[in-house]
Amino acid sequence: MPELSRRSVLAGAGLGAVAVGAGIAVGRGTAPDPAAIGTISASDSVVPFRGAHQAGIVTPAQDRMHMTAFDVTTTSRADLLDLLRTWTRMAERLTLGAEAEPGGVVGDGPYSPPGDTGEAHGLAAAHLTLTIGFGPSLFDKLGLADRRPAALQELPRFPGDALDPARSGGDLVIQACADDPQVAVHAVRNLARVAFGTASVRWSQLGFGRTSSTSTTQTTPRNLFGFKDGTNNIKAEDTAAVEQHVWARSGDGMDGGSYLVARRIRMRIEPWDRSVLGEQERVIGRSKGTGAPLGSADEFDPVDLSSTTIDRDAHVRLASADALGGIRILRRGYNFTDGTDGFGHLDAGLFFVAFCADPGAQFVPMQQALARHDALNEYISHVASGVYACPPGVAEGRDDDFWGASLLA
Amino acid sequence: MHAARRRTALAVCLALPVVIAGCTAKTPTDTSADGEIAVEATDSACTVARSEATTGPSTFRITNSGSTVTEFYVYGEGDRVMGEVENIGPGLSRQLVVSLPEPGTYRTACKPGMVGDGIRSDFVVTGDAVTRDDDSALAEAADGYLRYVRAQTTALRDTAGGFVDAVVAGDVEAAKAQYPLVRTYYERIEPVAESFPDDLDPRIDLREPDVEPGDRWTGFHRLEKDLWAQGLQPDTAEIAEQLRSDVDELVRGVDSDDFVLDPVTVAGGAQGLLDEVAQTKITGEEDVYSHTDLYDFQANVDGSQAAVAALDPILRAKDADLADTIAARFADLDAELARYRTGEAFVAYDTVTEPQRQQLSQKIDALSASVSRVQGVVAGA
Repeated sequence: MPELSRRSVLAGAGLGAVAVGAGIAVGRGTAPDPAAIGTISASDSVVPFRGAHQAGIVTPAQDRMHMTAFDVTTTSRADLLDLLRTWTRMAERLTLGAEAEPGGVVGDGPYSPPGDTGEAHGLAAAHLTLTIGFGPSLFDKLGLADRRPAALQELPRFPGDALDPARSGGDLVIQACADDPQVAVHAVRNLARVAFGTASVRWSQLGFGRTSSTSTTQTTPRNLFGFKDGTNNIKAEDTAAVEQHVWARSGDGMDGGSYLVARRIRMRIEPWDRSVLGEQERVIGRSKGTGAPLGSADEFDPVDLSSTTIDRDAHVRLASADALGGIRILRRGYNFTDGTDGFGHLDAGLFFVAFCADPGAQFVPMQQALARHDALNEYISHVASGVYACPPGVAEGRDDDFWGASLLA
Repeated sequence: MHAARRRTALAVCLALPVVIAGCTAKTPTDTSADGEIAVEATDSACTVARSEATTGPSTFRITNSGSTVTEFYVYGEGDRVMGEVENIGPGLSRQLVVSLPEPGTYRTACKPGMVGDGIRSDFVVTGDAVTRDDDSALAEAADGYLRYVRAQTTALRDTAGGFVDAVVAGDVEAAKAQYPLVRTYYERIEPVAESFPDDLDPRIDLREPDVEPGDRWTGFHRLEKDLWAQGLQPDTAEIAEQLRSDVDELVRGVDSDDFVLDPVTVAGGAQGLLDEVAQTKITGEEDVYSHTDLYDFQANVDGSQAAVAALDPILRAKDADLADTIAARFADLDAELARYRTGEAFVAYDTVTEPQRQQLSQKIDALSASVSRVQGVVAGA
């Protein structure tokens, strides 16, 4: 087919529709580009970036995660605020599926490093969410101890902790979640790229499969032990529970924010895989097939603490809200494997991520109970840890708002 | 490829009533008295009031009458962004002044939703090319850097002479003392050496792991191994003499009248030197026997700084903030390096701990990220 000129396309379109002559005369520049049409439909997979709360917390858990912590390499608050403004602008673009910066992959010309690294070019937004958190160390490092939210305290040492400092802590954390791992990694990479001089990567963790559902629209996924995980998780639809257990309301710049607890939990999957089904179900306290509490028929049947079928130290019993005096957290963890341990085993496990209104009142007592008594401890080890204050969301319609403004500006 | 896309455009216009307005008549909004070109952006159309202009600056006034955030771009050859304005919310109006110095066909684009290739149309610029007003500054920058390069290669020849004499005389201690100082002059201008033919740079500076099987290993690092690790060999003196003649070849090349540098290459060299540091100096791979890596490290940084300094008047005129940031980061890195130096002597790199190397690496990353923008600024991007 000979190439049509744009003009003849316009004329043809005009013929099929309305005014012919005028279409030829002044219609230039108004034909929608097919590529633009194609990508607009990709907005189905866009999670709104702005709002009272940050996205990526009660957002239905995406399939993939890339979480990265940064250490700030400056003591200048102005430099940090500049970075947070740049990050906010870039994050909003990325979650729309746009290039990281205008111009992006090729538009800055042959003499500039591209403003977008390119590997997500042409991919959909894939429900990308970017969520920022601030570690306790940030406030000390910048001389802003008076700005530090009261609930942001280093976690205590729990029995059995075997933490690697190089994979723990950090001044800033970015949680990137998406249904496409390339989209999540692309986002983190571009944020890291513009941070040089202000912040550098401290640790980085990929999660390949979600282990929690955060919405009643999602089925309960399984962790690497092969069990359904997060059956009794807080779901976004349960707004009363979300308000009570997830959103902070302490008045110190954190209203509408939340606290992120990350724990890299190594699973000793090889001994687990050699243990018999009866032992596995005793340790968890649920049926491996259906996910139902032992002695019950359905996954969502309540855990009966008076049941003698469920072991005294079964995981499901100790982690239940009833056993913890009503404590609940929103879990948003991911499975991981990172090479080997050098002894012929996979370095695999659960990258536990939880959001709560006050870690000291929620995560800490829960983990203290589990760390002492959980039958699961024979098969797991906590090898890295972090706690971060995730500020409220960036306000709708306010160009001057940015990540962390309520805490640091 | 093009034909197929156009056909899709046709189908879209025929099929969707919502975009018909975008395919048909639209009375152009006026071009305002102050010469602004009105652009009306909607969710499905991008109406540019005028599609031609003369060379020089053009001013657009973009009004978003759609329901979604939009952007407006002017593209040149190869989708190069000549100018853009982003984040235009519904109901908002923004101005874009863009410099279009060359005649030709540019493309305007609105991007509703900020994604995709956008709704594009041609924008034809006629008239004479507007010449850059900084040509003489660019020429001066290149000349200034060329003088620096020649000074370094001359010093390299003079000091290499003494070094080669010591090796040939079998005076190992004297040669070891001179080795890192001679290399300094080379490392400051290494990207220039890499531009010469016949593998001149590998002859002078090849590291042992990079020697191809069957090739003869010559240059600084072969002598380093002899001096520090395996003792003088039967052919050590011959290798030393070869270095002398290779350095002479470099000096002759740099001094010749047909050796010229353009400013963008100078900026590229500034970046290349920092990449050298990040790739082989931080890791300690450069001087595995002598552990004199920090001398090379400092020399790469100094060479990069000299290249940026030659460009500073241009850089400062176009982006003073960037010039200031770069200057501050060079100072920061120099201060960090000074912690490992007493007088002119650096500590052996194998005594620099992993956390200390991370500190150095972070500062190199920071500096390199800002220096990487210099080429674009100098090229007029």
